[in-house]
Parts: sequence; structure tokens; C-alpha cells
Amino acid sequence: MSSDPSFRSMRPKVLEMSGVDKTFNGDVVALRNMSLRVNDGDFISLLGPSGCGKSTALRLIAGLSTPSAGRITWSGGKSENDLGVVFQEPTLMPWATVAQNVWLPFRLRGQSYASVRDEVLDALRLVGLEKFLDAYPRELSGGMKMRVSIARAMVTKPRLILMDEPFAALDEITRFRLNNDLLQLKAKIGCTVIFVTHSVFESVFLSDRIVVMAARPGRVIEEVQVDAPYPRHEEFRTSGEYAALCRRASEALHQAMEDAA
Amino acid sequence: MTIADNTPLFDAEDLRRQRAARFERFGRWLLPIAVMIAMIWLWDRLVVWNEIPHFILPRPGLVLQTLIRDWPMLFDALLVTLQITMMALAVAVIGGVGLAVIFTQSRLVEMSFYPYAVILQVTPVVSIAPLIFIYVDSRTAGLLICAWLVAFFPILANTTLGLNSADHNLRDLFRIYGASRWQTLRYLRLPSALPYFLGGLRIAGGLALIGAVVAEYVAGTGGIGSGLAFRILEAGYRLNIPRMFAALILIALTGVVIFAGLSFLSHMLLRKWHESALKRET
Repeated sequence: MSSDPSFRSMRPKVLEMSGVDKTFNGDVVALRNMSLRVNDGDFISLLGPSGCGKSTALRLIAGLSTPSAGRITWSGGKSENDLGVVFQEPTLMPWATVAQNVWLPFRLRGQSYASVRDEVLDALRLVGLEKFLDAYPRELSGGMKMRVSIARAMVTKPRLILMDEPFAALDEITRFRLNNDLLQLKAKIGCTVIFVTHSVFESVFLSDRIVVMAARPGRVIEEVQVDAPYPRHEEFRTSGEYAALCRRASEALHQAMEDAA
Repeated sequence: MTIADNTPLFDAEDLRRQRAARFERFGRWLLPIAVMIAMIWLWDRLVVWNEIPHFILPRPGLVLQTLIRDWPMLFDALLVTLQITMMALAVAVIGGVGLAVIFTQSRLVEMSFYPYAVILQVTPVVSIAPLIFIYVDSRTAGLLICAWLVAFFPILANTTLGLNSADHNLRDLFRIYGASRWQTLRYLRLPSALPYFLGGLRIAGGLALIGAVVAEYVAGTGGIGSGLAFRILEAGYRLNIPRMFAALILIALTGVVIFAGLSFLSHMLLRKWHESALKRET
């Protein structure tokens, strides 16, 4: 049901970007005229070559920089609990244990560990790391660190989770596993995700909407709808539908590269 | 193959590595001790063979005797020097860390004052010390200022570097979660700075001792309550060379103990998470 396009537009809007530009130093156009409507429960991928402004778009949404023109509006206004973020690196505090790392968003709001222990444990259980509460990040593998990072992003149940090429540095086997796990997580907690990637396969497998972007200047050139229903399993990777969608996204991406060249 | 069934299978490389590890374990302690014994023996022989008088170069045995005979006086002097060193180090830690925190909180303050911190550091303490003893009445305070001047800069420089080297993504994350300045300092910047601070502290420990000794040389006044440096000067005037050696040994040992203590502290604080304190597994 959640993937039926007619239902999608009926879901409440979380955030809308309209005509957003971002220029650096007056002449580098990182992003031109980007508009995007994010609905509750969406899984949107921003797909494009490097320099296409996908990370810039993410930073703008995160509020880490401000648009040169255009508007980003959160429906119902923006509050502290709107965002969870996963970076390309796990970005954990090496001096803190796994549990302390996941506690961080609560801690910064002044909530004691005891008062949110259940939430922290639930988040770690969801990513399969409930046995590693007291481990330090250095004791974990790359994939496990990324899971901790994901647990931290969703522990406060934010309205939107931003992911900036989170699996790019992992090996392919780990990456596939985490892709599957991420979809299971999404099914369980129904989060809304914007996912930046340069992998066509990853974007098709994960998302219900792919925003294909081009570089110089960074801009949106096409939106590809992925109408395959969730839950998607490993078999989806070998289906004809998947292959066709990959071809479409890939062609759009090539178009984007040619435009840029 | 002639290996018995219950023998674990080590190949030649394994055996070589084990031998090297065993050698490392003992060699680390035995070799320096062997070198020291050889040097002392050579020193002793040189004095005997060349019939060098003890007021020029005493035999090691005589130095040891002097150390034991003069122990009450030398130990009192050691305590005085040690007290100045430790107080200077404590003030250097408070001043260095405090200044580093202020620098990282305000670009304005950093730009205004950092150059002067550098000037203080590069001006040799021996050249400022006489002035300090003119303006400062209390001898202890003068010694303390000199030792502090030498010791605080490595702490300031290292801590500033550490506070600024907090992971950029983590800083962004703190901003996204709306962390206050204080929270960012407490939960992110200070822990990031800890390894750098401890590195600076190890250097500062040695420098505080040097600062205390140099300042005592400059201050030059004796009597009750004077430190090891003064005892060395005094022994020099009286050509009591064995006592000079004994005091020198005490100063060197003190330096080693300070360094070892601070290294141990550093190891204890970092052993759980920092690269520097981890043993490589392969």
C-alpha cells in the first residue's frame, strides 16, 4: 500500500524545497533551481555524478547552510527533533561506547541515559547490535559502525533521516546486506529518508523516487518513479522490473553526464 | 615430517617472529642496563688508570657514597625543586588549557593574543629570569613564574590543536541537534583534545623541571629551602665534585620519574579508545 503512487500524494508533506539556488563565492553555482516535495514515508534517492549538488542539497535541508535563493519549508515549522543524519563515515565518537554514541541526540537535549535507555536499546536491537552496548567503536567492523550510526540517526524517531552516501566506503557484500536491513528498518518504523548515492543499483533497490541530478551547475534533470512494492527482498535484485528501472535510471544519469561534459 | 602429533604447527616465519618478540621483551630492559653497567665500569677504570683526582672526576663508588652520606640535605633540596616543578606544572595545565579553551571559543581573542604566547615561548627563560627576580619579591613566586613560562606553551599549543581537530562531521551533527557551545565543548571538543593535551603534558613535565632548575641557577640565593640546582652550584664553588654528580643524578632520575608517571597517566586515560594506546593485533 505504501508504494501505491495514488496514496503517496495523499500522505502529509514533511518538507518542500522550491526554487532553491546555492552559489559559493559569488560565481560557483552548486545548485540551481531545485524543487522537491518530501512526503511522509518517502524514500527518495538523490542520484548523480560528483559535483551535481546532491550533498549541497542535503546540507541545505539539514540547515547547515542557507539557500542563496528559494525556500525550504517544513510543514508545521522546524523543531529540534526533525532530523537524523548518517554521513559517509560512521562519524562515531571514538571515546564513547556504542550505547553512549546512540544516546548522544538525547543527551544534547538534556535527557539522562536512564530516562531514554529503552529507546537506545530498541534502536540498537533494530540494527542487530544489542549485544555491543559497551563496545568501543574501534572494536567494531566497518559495517557494524555504520549500523551504530544508523541507530543514532533514528533513535529519536525524527521526521526525516538524511543519508549522505552512507555505504559508499563499504565492500559490496556488506553494502547489499545493509541495503536489505535498511529496507526492513524502514518497514518497521516507517521513517522518511533522503538518500544520496552515486550508485544506480542502490537507488533503484532502495527508493520509491529517484531524483537524477547533473553537474555544473548542479540541478535536477529527471525524477524516476520506482513503483515496485515494498517490502523488497533480495529477489528484487534479479527481477526484470529491477533491470528495466536500472536501465532507465542509468540512461538518465548518462544524459546528466553528457549535459555536464 | 618428524613433528610429533601434539606439537603445534609453527612455520619458520612464526618461529622467527616468536624469537624476535621474546628478544624484544627482554632486550628492552636488559640492553640499557647492560650499557649502563659497562659505562659505569669504564668510568671507574678510566679514573683508576689515569689516576684522576676525585675533585676532577670522582669514581662512581664515591658518588654513591656521597649520595648516601648527603642524602638528608640532598633530599630536602629535591623536595624543594620538586615542589616548584609540580606547582608550575599545575599552573601550566590550568593556564594552558584555560587559554586554549578561550582561544577556540573566540577567534578575536586568539588573533589578538596568540602571537604574544609565541613570543613568551621563544624568549629564553634564562634571559627573562633576572628581571622577574627584580620585580617579584617572593623567591618561590619568581621560581614558579619561570618554570610556568617554559611549561605552559606546549600545553597551550597542543590543546588548541586538539580542540580544533574535532571531526567535522561530528561538529555538523552537533549543530544539527542544536547543541549549545558548552555542550559542544564538553562532549566533543574536550574529548577530542585529550590525546593532544596529554602529549603536551608529557613535554611540559620535563620542561617544568628544566624551568625550575634554570630559575634556581639565576636566583642563586642559598640557605635553608634551596633546591637541587643551588646545591650543585654550591658544591661547584667548593670543588665538591662528588656531590655535584650526586645531585645531578637525582635531577635526572626526577625527570625520568616525571616522564614515566605522565606516560602512565596518558596510557590509562587513552587505553580504551585511542590509536596510540592500542596494541596491533597482527
